[in-house]
Amino acid sequence: MQHAGTDVAERATVIVHDLMELEGPLLPILHSIQHEFGYVPSETLPVIAEALNLSNAEVHGVVTFYHDYRSHPAGRHVLKICQAEACQSMGSDHVAAKIKQLLGIGFHETTRDGAVTLEPVYCLGLCACAPAAMLDGEPIGRLNDEALEEISAAVRL
Amino acid sequence: MTVTIYIPGDSGALALGAEKVARAVAGEIQNRGLDARIVRNGSRGLYWLEPMVEVETETGRVAYGPVKASDVAALFDAGLVSGGSHPLSLGNPEDIPFLKRQTRLTFARCGIVAPLSLNDYQSHGGLAGLRKAVGMTPADVVRTVTESGLRGRGGAGFPTGIKWKTVLDTAADRKYIVCNADEGDSATFADRMIMEGDPFVLVEGMTIAGLATGATKGFVYIRSEYPHAIAVMTAAVDIARNAGILGTTVLGSPNAFDIEIRSGAGAYVCGEETSLLNSLEGKRGVVRAKPPLPAIQGLFGKPTVINNVISLASVPVILDRGAEHYKDFGMGRSRGTIPIQIAGNVKHGGLFEAAFGMTLGELVDDIGGGTATGRPVKAVQVGGPLGAYFPRELFDTPFDYEAFAGKDGLIGHAGITVFDDSADMLKQARFAMEFCAIESCGKCTPCRIGSTRGVETLDKLAAGIEPDKQIALVTDLCNTMKFGSLCALGGFTPYPVMSALTHFREDFAPRPMQEAAE
Repeated sequence: MQHAGTDVAERATVIVHDLMELEGPLLPILHSIQHEFGYVPSETLPVIAEALNLSNAEVHGVVTFYHDYRSHPAGRHVLKICQAEACQSMGSDHVAAKIKQLLGIGFHETTRDGAVTLEPVYCLGLCACAPAAMLDGEPIGRLNDEALEEISAAVRL
Repeated sequence: MTVTIYIPGDSGALALGAEKVARAVAGEIQNRGLDARIVRNGSRGLYWLEPMVEVETETGRVAYGPVKASDVAALFDAGLVSGGSHPLSLGNPEDIPFLKRQTRLTFARCGIVAPLSLNDYQSHGGLAGLRKAVGMTPADVVRTVTESGLRGRGGAGFPTGIKWKTVLDTAADRKYIVCNADEGDSATFADRMIMEGDPFVLVEGMTIAGLATGATKGFVYIRSEYPHAIAVMTAAVDIARNAGILGTTVLGSPNAFDIEIRSGAGAYVCGEETSLLNSLEGKRGVVRAKPPLPAIQGLFGKPTVINNVISLASVPVILDRGAEHYKDFGMGRSRGTIPIQIAGNVKHGGLFEAAFGMTLGELVDDIGGGTATGRPVKAVQVGGPLGAYFPRELFDTPFDYEAFAGKDGLIGHAGITVFDDSADMLKQARFAMEFCAIESCGKCTPCRIGSTRGVETLDKLAAGIEPDKQIALVTDLCNTMKFGSLCALGGFTPYPVMSALTHFREDFAPRPMQEAAE
């Protein structure tokens, strides 16, 4: 485990030094760390804090403020279901209930096999194609039961 | 001659299967040995017809839609490459009433050009505004924008020219242009469409803002929920830099201006300008108290223009055609055009750019065609999660900042969500409070605590516990939030709550029938 921790710190150090010359580099660094590891490992926080001359608490405060940053790895797929008003008007409540039932998990949970993490999202800008979702960054509109069943099957492959 | 086939790469079109359509079209071109190329354009904004495929013919463009991948072979059989007739034929897209009735100034190119082609951009009028601005004094550029009557399209409606003048008049060693592309309001997608469909217009608008105020650096803060917009804007900035539009000498002038694209991290409140500035600085996206105004002490404490995408994207056409041309559209103190987004449970959803002044009823019934479900319209929410719910009785309200304010509503970023008669307005009011509780930055008490108490109070009301008392309490709470919150999140959450309560009081009454049925 010692080795793994050191490895994380080393990889984080490379990222931090790549980006620290930016104006206001903290969010780009955190995005890059999450891209690298799939989440923001706690071991990376002291590395960032040291390089940017911040306290660990300040970095922790920023990481926990934003919904995007994860403290644990997500599933292989991330499925975001829009729960905002335009999708509500087209039955996003039903969409959420149906996909939870199909995957057997609730929002902010990952299936046991690690296949998919389910999350609510408040607007994807697909409001004229409601109800909408995003699977691994790709938009999906006008969801119905059939589409949800296809998604549910596809993420388990 | 090579035939050009347009298939949108816009997120909305992709959400409806445009990628599969593009693959099928590419396959048919190859199998049939046709001399044709595919251009991934933006969307025209007619989302009930997406994916909408267009073909350039000798007599102009011919559109087909909504096209599924399984339709593609039949479309080619029907002679799509020469505009042949097919049940999905829509004819000349510009003649579709939804498009024909629009006045497209800001969205003039969106859906027509290849988004990342500078040649397309310039052959459709792009860069004309910036070329004029380069030859003008900063004060003259600011005066033109002021005289056009352009007001902030992000929601606040503050005159753009006045903001710019403050930054121009504030001496500093460094100034910034920040584009607020944190378009988090439900029912809004105009920013996304322009960034994906005509990114150079935003680059041009920001560069003009830089010349006008003496700022040399711009940031576009795009929400992370828009990965495609981030990709297109990043590419556009690189192309503009290589072409000498950005960099140390903007279009060969002595002025320097460059742009950096930044991604948000999933916080709705960062659409609030001071919170966005904190986020750009690498801090928690907590709202700042004003004053100082960002125009005087903004990003990193320097004078900063912070404008919405549409405000900045409207600047090039104002510089190009003059303040008078823009100002001639509109009504009262709402000048020019506004890209209205018609969304939710609506038959013809999409982007409708028009001069201010159309009534809500025209937009929902005539343009939108009523609900998608075919049931009666019960309510429309205008202005996103912080906007008021309007009943049909208020459908004569013209789209105008002051007219909406006069009816206890707001235009916001001009999104309209349509709900049919199955909507439960108590549930919608509760959601407004819940959303505020989820997204509150936590800095001020009315928003942080008030939203949670609001949810609890509305839950008691729904359970039939002392209903009159709960209504009095929620009304008082909304008053406190409206006048006591630091920013629009806590301050405007009362709009959806109180409008639902005022206009749909029957939904807040005890419901013995429903409980008996269950």
